[in-house]
Amino acid sequence: MHVDDPGFWRAGAISTIAIMSVILIMLTIDSLAVISPGGANVPPYTVINQHIDYKFDAKRGNDVPALGAPEPLFGKTWDATAAAALIDKGKMVIQSRACINCHTFFGNGAYYAPDLTKAWLDPAWETWQAMTGAATREEAMVKFLMDPEKYRTWTRTMPNLGITQEEAEATVAYLKWMAAVDTNGFPPGFGRMRSKP
Amino acid sequence: MYRSQQLALKYFAAAIALFGVMTLSGLLSAYYYINPDFLFGFLHFNIAKILHIDTMIIWLLMGFMGAIYWLLPDEFGRDLAGIRAAEILFYVFCAAVAVVAIVFIFVQYGSSNETALWLINQGRKYVEAPRWAAIGVVVVMLVFAYNVIGTAYVSRKITGIAAVLMIDLVPLVLLYLIAFPAISNMSADLFWWWWLVHLWVEATWEVLIGCIMAMALMQLLGTSRRIVEGWLYIEVALVLGTGILGLGHHYFWIGTPNYWLTIGGFFSALEPLPLLGMVIHAVYDAGTHNMKTTNQPAFYWMMAEAFGNFLGAGVWGFMITLPQINLYAHGTQWTVSHGHFAFWGAYACGILSVLYLVLQKTRGLAYVNGALWKWSFAALNLGLIGMTGALLVSGFAQAFVERAIGGSTHAAFVAAQENKWFVEGMVGRLIFGLVFAVGYVVLVYDLLTLGRRARLVAAAAAAE
Repeated sequence: MHVDDPGFWRAGAISTIAIMSVILIMLTIDSLAVISPGGANVPPYTVINQHIDYKFDAKRGNDVPALGAPEPLFGKTWDATAAAALIDKGKMVIQSRACINCHTFFGNGAYYAPDLTKAWLDPAWETWQAMTGAATREEAMVKFLMDPEKYRTWTRTMPNLGITQEEAEATVAYLKWMAAVDTNGFPPGFGRMRSKP
Repeated sequence: MYRSQQLALKYFAAAIALFGVMTLSGLLSAYYYINPDFLFGFLHFNIAKILHIDTMIIWLLMGFMGAIYWLLPDEFGRDLAGIRAAEILFYVFCAAVAVVAIVFIFVQYGSSNETALWLINQGRKYVEAPRWAAIGVVVVMLVFAYNVIGTAYVSRKITGIAAVLMIDLVPLVLLYLIAFPAISNMSADLFWWWWLVHLWVEATWEVLIGCIMAMALMQLLGTSRRIVEGWLYIEVALVLGTGILGLGHHYFWIGTPNYWLTIGGFFSALEPLPLLGMVIHAVYDAGTHNMKTTNQPAFYWMMAEAFGNFLGAGVWGFMITLPQINLYAHGTQWTVSHGHFAFWGAYACGILSVLYLVLQKTRGLAYVNGALWKWSFAALNLGLIGMTGALLVSGFAQAFVERAIGGSTHAAFVAAQENKWFVEGMVGRLIFGLVFAVGYVVLVYDLLTLGRRARLVAAAAAAE
């Protein structure tokens, strides 16, 4: 076998692809366990019933989600079935309105509107809460999603996408759940800005 | 001319038309950054963006199909099997693309139920097409795969390039099936979505364009099959050897385990290697032929492909692939800069090269050269590199202001978008986008009139 012979490189290509594919499949099996709801990095959907924070972990060197005391969403504690249905609905809202073509989720998507990875925890909701006259953060988020053109805060306005009350609540639940996913410290510095007085 | 080559011409025509839609919707998307109220209430940024990225995928796919329908009969010495089905599906494909575009523009979105995903919009980047259209894409790809594999079977002949192509079509079709499910868990959704996007774009498509370029090189420069096939195998080994686990650079921040930071960072850092190999190959081939060819535009577009692929996909990708940098660059215009350069260099230039080869044959030209292709080549590449540079400036500003300083909050996002450097980058992108659009118009005029202008001049001279 000689390097001038294409057959030599053909054998090399086949064995390389085989080895890499096997490694990818093994890592995929492991990763899917970690990212399934209730896995090491992704919380169960019932996490929407808890207080969620984002704090610096000195050992890991980045911010990590911190789950706290019970904190009902929309004044209600959602059992596993109801929470799963709410999250399913929230994802369906996100897909049907093509949110990812303006926003990003975990940094993936378009770049025209803010990243929504930790949107639930964003300090900006305090402004919206005052603007909408809502009693809670989740209510402010619902009001904003149902009529974003009314509550614009800068030059780019989110269009009214005909989101209903039920759909808005499901979307808020989705964002709360997503804020509790361990994203290896992405987006960087978010926890630091959040804790600023 | 074989029937499949006649079909190739139709695919090329459709591809170039969609290239125009991509350019126009890209300009529109760029303009929203300057004037966010433009067309507000009628057509929003997300729809323009969808049209821009989806037509990019479809025109490149149609360009690949055109190239293979053109080149493969020469490889097998016969027409392709099942060509009648492919001819019918071409019109179905075009009609489906038109219907989907009309639905995107005039319906835009539906309620949060499965019906919306089946009929209007799936809301997943790059695969927004509703499921009925996605099924159509699968059928087209299956028939395309049959055309290739069935031809090898009936002709009882196989070449190294055809073998690589046939094997590549299997994951190409299978991976597209990821376009269908609606997975509630965003981490899992993005995990599989990257299998589709990365393993298509950074693996199977790279192999596909490698096969196309191998066949084109034999025609353009008369390079021996032995050399071309040897290089193709090396490229496949390196592209997939680095690219399969290079997938990991998309798994840094989506909830996946942190071992992907090491694996993804390491293997994706190696991904430029096969692309560097292509540059060396191209320069070597060009050198052995003293830069002489009977088709200047095809030759220069092939050179642009080799260098563009290495710089856009390789170097620009490497710039943001290490997790320490990606943490700040991810989800910013820096990524967009890489995306524009990579798709252009890796795929678009190669398709344009083959298109000029095809026109040389169909118009019976002994020698192809002239001023127009040079103007379009210059404007398209200047426009693209200008856009890449401008987006990079905006991306740097965003990584610095939004990510590093501002901690990526909503307020930090707004601060970055209003930053002077970011805004100037966006204006620059629009200006260079217009240069690119001018290049497209000149390209289309050149493609339509190539050879005919010379004949008209000759006929006029003869008449005098």
